[in-house]
Amino acid sequence: MAKRIDVSGLNAYYGSFLAIEDISMTVEPRSVTAFIGPSGCGKSTFLRTLNRMHEVTPGGRVEGKVMLDDENLYGAGIDPVAVRREVGMVFQRPNPFPTMSVYDNVAAGLRLNGKFKKSELDDVVEKSLKGANLWNEVKDRLNKPGSGLSGGQQQRLCIARAIAVEPNVLLMDEPCSALDPISTLAIEDLIGELKERFTIVIVTHNMQQAARVSDRTAFFNLAAVGQPGKLIEIDETERIFSNPSVQATEDYISGRFG
Amino acid sequence: MSHATLSPKRGGTLRGATLPKWFPWAVAVGSIAAGLGISAAAGLGSSIQWALIAAVLFVLGSYAISARIEGRRQAKDRVATSLVWVAFILAVIPLASLVWETVKRGVQVLDGYFLTHSMGVVADTEPGGGIYHAILGTLEQVGLATLFSVPIGVLTAIYLVEYGRGRLAKAVTFFVDVMTGIPSIVAGLFVLSLWVLILDMGPSGLAGAFALCILMIPVVVRSTEEMLKLVPNELREASLALGVPKWRTILKVVLPTSVGGIITGVMLAIARITGETAPVLLLVWGTDFINANPFKDPQESLPMYIYLQYSAGSDPAYDRAWAAALTLIAFIMILNLLARGIARWKAPKTGR
Repeated sequence: MAKRIDVSGLNAYYGSFLAIEDISMTVEPRSVTAFIGPSGCGKSTFLRTLNRMHEVTPGGRVEGKVMLDDENLYGAGIDPVAVRREVGMVFQRPNPFPTMSVYDNVAAGLRLNGKFKKSELDDVVEKSLKGANLWNEVKDRLNKPGSGLSGGQQQRLCIARAIAVEPNVLLMDEPCSALDPISTLAIEDLIGELKERFTIVIVTHNMQQAARVSDRTAFFNLAAVGQPGKLIEIDETERIFSNPSVQATEDYISGRFG
Repeated sequence: MSHATLSPKRGGTLRGATLPKWFPWAVAVGSIAAGLGISAAAGLGSSIQWALIAAVLFVLGSYAISARIEGRRQAKDRVATSLVWVAFILAVIPLASLVWETVKRGVQVLDGYFLTHSMGVVADTEPGGGIYHAILGTLEQVGLATLFSVPIGVLTAIYLVEYGRGRLAKAVTFFVDVMTGIPSIVAGLFVLSLWVLILDMGPSGLAGAFALCILMIPVVVRSTEEMLKLVPNELREASLALGVPKWRTILKVVLPTSVGGIITGVMLAIARITGETAPVLLLVWGTDFINANPFKDPQESLPMYIYLQYSAGSDPAYDRAWAAALTLIAFIMILNLLARGIARWKAPKTGR
């Protein structure tokens, strides 16, 4: 299921503003890659270019190549909707659909795409909720509104919703920043389990979190406000946190920076 | 260190003199009594005069007493509160008196017979007759207008919020704004010149419905637009990120989330056009007989019935006009209540 992502020479714009410049990196399958860096350096923008969500923002535009195994996501004739089924996404703030029950939220991806057999859906919902470590907490209230769950449960519901469509890659944009430490721990454990099946990319502001969950870490930075963000380095997480090859990375990680 | 310098200056107490809870009521009763007394002494006849005196006394009185006992800040607070109350009462008086007057005069002839019979063989000067034909006409004309305007209005709003970028969207917004300001008589004249004079169609409920459409569409567009804008972008992104196409996202996520508000907007738009008289007068003409076919021949409608009965000028006609007005108000009220009910029923649920 999991696929490799190979990015080369990627620029992303908001209108005429160049937000991230010339990014090239490889994301290994069945591993967790963390993006760290100061606010505004383009981590989230870059993440959103990986499933063509960047162009949903008015004025959003991308140049360069993103290879998912051997297919260029920005090649001619590629359907962004199909890309997003392959590359799922979990957002910063938990955003379950307010009109839907817990069950419908998880089934949303399949149901909204037209796949429609009750017994099949039941299986997928159960499997996804189990996969998101949420099944035991919600199995008695599948028909209650999803927005009635706690913040941490809602975020795991969103993860269940994302993995229900069986993507190859799971992108997470600061998935724990709105959660308390216990919910965060639950999600971090979950990430550890999910990497057996998916390629995971996670943006985080919490460096301990990056150190805990990721196999590889990429450090992004920008020269000044108004300048495009750049990839400074990407390496094994252990090396980034113990012996990075660039001084700026070490400054950022040790807190000597901004 | 800041509170070390502050607290001695303040005298070190958090307690101040407070007037009792019944204070505003006492001042209100006192000022009304004083207002009545002054106007009786000065021989002023109008109730507006004593009410104004009482209102002024109420505001001044609460300020003066409170300033003496509680201090200036609390006194200002009381003035603001009493001004709000006075404004509220001023706003409610016309509404309450309108409802009171309509109910009082309307119930005289309003009964089952009145609701189920037309004016077919009843002269304007005789008692009897009813509004069945007018209710039928209003329901059909408003129904047709709703049938045409809701799809057009809602789809326009979806275009403006979800797809519209650039010049076309700006132009559409501009024309919707312009349409909002069209007087109803102008909408009626427009349909009259196009439908009746150029295309040579006769008066009918349908022609009236066209004019009502022109009035209704901008209201529906505006309210639907506002409701769609309230749907958080995160929900759209969540759906798109699941690989759901944009049109399905709009259909299955955006619209269900906002459907309560959209229905409320539509109901309010219906309530607005139900009371329109001018275009109906021009295009539907009015009749004393029951005409259930909105596509041919003149029909009646409630506002037009009220207008015609009132201009007939006899006492039984006045009574009928009031009863019809009461029916119209009740109809619109029921629509509003329905709208609220639906909005509450369809609102995104937060319960555990």
